[in-house]
Amino acid sequence: MNNMEANVVVDAKGLSCPMPIVKTKRAMDSLEAGQVLEVLATDKGSKADIKAWADSTGHQYLGIIEEGEILKHYLRKSSNEETNDKKHPNIIDNEELENKLEANEEIIILDVREAAEYAFNHIPGALSIPIGKLVEHLSELKKEAAICVVCRTGNRSDLAAQKLAENGFKNVINVVPGMSQWTGKTTGINQ
Amino acid sequence: MTVTVMTAREVTKKIFNKEELFILDVRNESDFQDWKIEGENFDYLNVPYFELLDGVEGILDKIPADKKILVVCAKEGSSIMVAEMLSEAGLTISYLEGGMKTWSEYLEPVKVGDLNDGGEIYQFVRIGKGCLSYMVVSNGEAALIDATRMTKTYIHFAESIGVKIKHVFDTHLHADHISGGRIIAEKTGAQYWLPPKDAAEVTFEYQPLQDGNDVTIGKTKINIHALYSPGHTIGSTSFVVDKKYLLSGDILFIDSIGRPDLAGKAEDWVGDLRETLYKRYRELSEELLVLPAHFMIIDELNKDGTVAEKLGTLFTKNHGLNIDDEVEFRKLVTENLPPQPNAYQEIRETNMGKINPDLDQQREMEIGPNRCAVR
Repeated sequence: MNNMEANVVVDAKGLSCPMPIVKTKRAMDSLEAGQVLEVLATDKGSKADIKAWADSTGHQYLGIIEEGEILKHYLRKSSNEETNDKKHPNIIDNEELENKLEANEEIIILDVREAAEYAFNHIPGALSIPIGKLVEHLSELKKEAAICVVCRTGNRSDLAAQKLAENGFKNVINVVPGMSQWTGKTTGINQ
Repeated sequence: MTVTVMTAREVTKKIFNKEELFILDVRNESDFQDWKIEGENFDYLNVPYFELLDGVEGILDKIPADKKILVVCAKEGSSIMVAEMLSEAGLTISYLEGGMKTWSEYLEPVKVGDLNDGGEIYQFVRIGKGCLSYMVVSNGEAALIDATRMTKTYIHFAESIGVKIKHVFDTHLHADHISGGRIIAEKTGAQYWLPPKDAAEVTFEYQPLQDGNDVTIGKTKINIHALYSPGHTIGSTSFVVDKKYLLSGDILFIDSIGRPDLAGKAEDWVGDLRETLYKRYRELSEELLVLPAHFMIIDELNKDGTVAEKLGTLFTKNHGLNIDDEVEFRKLVTENLPPQPNAYQEIRETNMGKINPDLDQQREMEIGPNRCAVR
């Protein structure tokens, strides 16, 4: 079983509409931007409604895992990441990364999104280290390796790329925009 | 102001009587687009309940002051929440008891007419889904045709008018709703009839319904005459009841005709459909009152709530019966078909007895309109 590392878990099991969403909204209000919420529900109506609510409020709906009667929804609170300027100088676009993959170049794809984002949808072979945990996992990466950093829109990966460069990594590339526009192969649960 | 409950039955009466009603549907937009409560003089506003959690102020100016307001959701809970918020804002509000779940299951029995020898024929209008089923009664006995899975409604109705259900028929293997025929037959000891050509894969015992079968109800002369009429399915069978009523199943509707594609064989069956509609039905009396297994749009309801029209009138007015060119007919029923009914494959398998979904799953499978016709 994947560890989704949700920041907050809402238990709405046994509750019927509208309570799963009422509780989800309340929990979401208390989260910080970019954090991940797990909602446990048994109401089948929550399948369509939580996603529709997330879409209408701008939060990211990551996916659902069905375990028997229990529906586990994963959401990420909206953040203003799209407005940041990108500072890391070495950038490629999605297509260039796809070409590198097709050419079997020796690269590491480092996915710095949250564990739950990664779990539902990621590039096959990508390494998952959420940006908040990057510093403590630096020793797992080789300084001379070619590292292509991806996130959803290119901003978290920009911050991660800067962090890697500061720490002596020589060949770090930010992939822009990243998974939000990725049309190449992906894998994940439910796929 | 107050919040009151409105039942599916009360809403049905408003549809029959063409009353005005303002429906605030608080389900999500795709559910509303797919399927809603239809009434000739109903107006709608669709705002998902989850957009009203912070308050209803934003929609107050969209709600008319001079109409009765009904809040509708999937199962009732959210409509109560929204109704209470609107009530606190000063409005008089009703919510639909049981939500769309109950709406989909509600059956309104309507008497279609009398039979020659003292019997009666009733149409059960499943108003939310457009399914029509029938009870023919005579001299203490009853036959049911195309019964839905709400089996208690028929059994209680039969008890209330003092008749015993002796025969249960399905005109064909249904793809849009789960048949209650087999269960009713088991509970009442009645015989369950199915056309054998539709029943090749069924897992239970049944009485084979063949062209020319005559079944007598009661001790009088009221008979149900089976008429093989393939096209929607290969086994589709119509009934002529008491030489007066033509129960056309999913072959001929009031404003449309049956689609031949729900068992995956549109190309094979289009010829049968043409043969049935343009030859077999042409040989029948134009005075027969057509009683179909579905209606598609609310305009097909008569003033008394029945869905019925003389065969002769349909020969003039129904577009599907007036396409002289066979190629054009073939195109109509095989191309540009409406979306297929929700879960139609699983519904067919359930009606064959191959799978046994629980009640919640059955409800889920039947969500939405019936979509059995082409126009």
